[in-house]
Amino acid sequence: MDTAIEVAGLQKSFGRTRALDGLDLAVAAGEVHGFLGPNGAGKTTTIRILLGLPRADLGTARLLGGDPWRDVAELHRRLAYVQGDVALWPNLTGGEVIDLLGKLRGGFDPKRRANLLERFDLDPTKKGRAYSKGNRQKVALIAALASDVELLILDEPTEGLDPLMEAVFRECIQEEREQGRTVLLASHILAEVEALCDRVTIIRAGRAVESGSLADLRHLTRTSISAELTGPVSGLAELSGVHDLQVDGSRVRCQVEPDHLDQVLQRLSSAGLRSLVSQPPTLEELFMRHYEDDVAGEGSASTAGSGSP
Amino acid sequence: MTGLVGTRALVRLAMRRDRILLPVWLAVFVGMAASSAAAGVDLYPTVQSRVLAAMSLNGTQTLVALYGRIYDPTSIGGIAMIKLGGIGAVFVAVLAILIVVRHTRAEEEAGRLELVGSTVVGRYAPLTAALLVALGLNLALAVLTAFGLIAAGLPADGSFAFGLAWAGVGIAFAAIAGVTAQLTRSARAAAGIASAVLGFVYVLRAIGDTAGRTGPRWLTWLSPIGWGQQFRPYAGNRWWVLLITVGFTVAVAAGAYALLARRDLGAGLVPDRPGPAMAAPSLRSPLALAWRLQRGGLLGWAAAFLLLGLVFGNIASSIGDFVSTPETRDFITKLGGEKGLVDAYIRICLSMIGLTASAYGVQAAMRLRSEETGFRAESILATATGRIRWAWSHVFVAILGTTLLIVVAGAGAGLAHGAQVHDMGEGFGVFGGALAQVPAACVLTGIVVAAFGLAPRLVAAGWVALVAFVLLGELGPLFGFDQWVMNVSPFTHVPKIPGAELTVTPLLMLIAVTALLITVGLVGFRRRDVG
Repeated sequence: MDTAIEVAGLQKSFGRTRALDGLDLAVAAGEVHGFLGPNGAGKTTTIRILLGLPRADLGTARLLGGDPWRDVAELHRRLAYVQGDVALWPNLTGGEVIDLLGKLRGGFDPKRRANLLERFDLDPTKKGRAYSKGNRQKVALIAALASDVELLILDEPTEGLDPLMEAVFRECIQEEREQGRTVLLASHILAEVEALCDRVTIIRAGRAVESGSLADLRHLTRTSISAELTGPVSGLAELSGVHDLQVDGSRVRCQVEPDHLDQVLQRLSSAGLRSLVSQPPTLEELFMRHYEDDVAGEGSASTAGSGSP
Repeated sequence: MTGLVGTRALVRLAMRRDRILLPVWLAVFVGMAASSAAAGVDLYPTVQSRVLAAMSLNGTQTLVALYGRIYDPTSIGGIAMIKLGGIGAVFVAVLAILIVVRHTRAEEEAGRLELVGSTVVGRYAPLTAALLVALGLNLALAVLTAFGLIAAGLPADGSFAFGLAWAGVGIAFAAIAGVTAQLTRSARAAAGIASAVLGFVYVLRAIGDTAGRTGPRWLTWLSPIGWGQQFRPYAGNRWWVLLITVGFTVAVAAGAYALLARRDLGAGLVPDRPGPAMAAPSLRSPLALAWRLQRGGLLGWAAAFLLLGLVFGNIASSIGDFVSTPETRDFITKLGGEKGLVDAYIRICLSMIGLTASAYGVQAAMRLRSEETGFRAESILATATGRIRWAWSHVFVAILGTTLLIVVAGAGAGLAHGAQVHDMGEGFGVFGGALAQVPAACVLTGIVVAAFGLAPRLVAAGWVALVAFVLLGELGPLFGFDQWVMNVSPFTHVPKIPGAELTVTPLLMLIAVTALLITVGLVGFRRRDVG
């Protein structure tokens, strides 16, 4: 089977707030898929619908070839889920929670459990109420990563982890990928998504606005150029595909669309290049561009703001 | 003092959060007091009847242990308010504990105090705000209760003394809860320790009240509940006792502040002990989890129920001592004999046991909702556990717990009564009567489950139903409600055992109603959104 998750035209409202507004999402089996969006864009709602917790008002969702609302028990045996803000039982220890969740999912690997406890540096004898936010997150992560499942659904899993633990988390996800597991990683930490994900879906106000591999997405955005020239340059402003042009004597800065990069570089080199810095677009820029559109587009951001329950 | 910055805002926040809870509780207490007073005025119209009842109560050690003494046998207030002076004060104390823990440790455990604490709020503001809310609540309770009692026909000065006696118990336990909230990390444990203190001081005054002239009578004076009774409403109104309560409260509250000054936010003074690093092999199902989460509470309840059963069983046979004059004895015999009187008393005790056990079922079943809103249910429901299986685990514990409590209390009452009358056959009858309460008590669990499935926001309907059934049972006969109104309460349908024949049909009907409510609730839960 090629598609792990397939969502089309998903709609969900909570009272008068529309959390999802025709969302599409496709995750291929075996890939690490980044699910990006600002707070309240509908990431958590989408994930909860995939887990069969709320039911979508409209649209279709398929998960591992099944119906997430109907085939709960069979599907959940094959996946593990980490909440954004992990809630533990105050009087159960971390070790007990890891074991319990593993058993309820239908099996886990004790060796991997021990290994993960060590790598994440977690004391499993502490009671749930005694853990900090980051440690609660670790409990849920270890329980998920030690489980013997095909699909990991992680909702902002590194919130509250320190940079050292974030690095451990990235290693673990790389290992999951090597094992052929599918990972859906909801996040708003762009560096994390950029480092880990094969493909990315960006959502805004309950809709997917961009989806594809990082290379595809980069293709859609501009490269920033900063050059120092030996002679004067003219006609840059007339070229199509050039934005934010600043000419300051012999210094030139601009943003260039991928298809026009060649023309711009020719024009610059004919003027005589002393130095040239070109930066590929970061995911952050991509994201910010959509986000700025959203702010400029007004309204829709505020309705989605309180979307997730 | 910068430590108190923000207290006013927190008091307003607490009032906003409790804007329904507090008026409802006040109404329940005032209504309870006024209806009890009105009933007393009806029941004991003559001085002779009061003296008779008061003397027999004071002469029965077990009743004195349970309720306390009547200090002026001629006064109508003394006999009418004897039960509420002691046992009612326990409920006032419970309310004070809940309010203070709710706005201190519970907030801290949930992490919300951290949110508040990072704004301009002083270190001592949350505790101060909780104590102020409790103080205000109890003062309002004192005044409103006094008005209620006066309206019911009791003397004004005694009624104000009674209201203040209640309020005194309330503020004393608000301060005690202020201390226990500093001790542990868990709100449940904080409320539990404060409740244990409450039980202990109730026993202290029971020992003191029943002690002979040379015995340890001073024990009563070590108990806030004892102070409430030594206020002696309607029997001299010793206003100076209030000074002891106030002094105690101030001292204990100061202790709470001292403890608060020494600890970190979120921490307790009693450190958490480490637990097992691995789950026991048995912790592998939702039911095992529900049992693990609820077993501690259930064992505590079971111990209390065993004690309750033993006390009730012990008193039962001596109830005949009440009626010491030949005329009344003759009157009672005509009504059904002394045996009839004992049976009637046992039935009252058993129905109290049934009602209290149903309260356990209500709070145990409400775990479903708190697990859901606390996002812990989500962790389980995201595993291969189906919704019905998860929900059923807590329903099962609620039903099992309700049944267990009634069995334990019934066994205690049956054994104690059987030993008193040297006839274990009678004891067995008491046990049977207790078992007959089980189906009715389980209906309350069913109501909670139905609400959880169909209208989860209204899950507190279980408490509303319980209070309604209690009031129906107490007030219905007094005001002569129509039978169809009385039939709304499941407890109306419990066979009158011991005394009457066992009728199986109503029990089967109650079981069917419970099963229907639970089924409706579970099906509703399967269809609705979680979270």
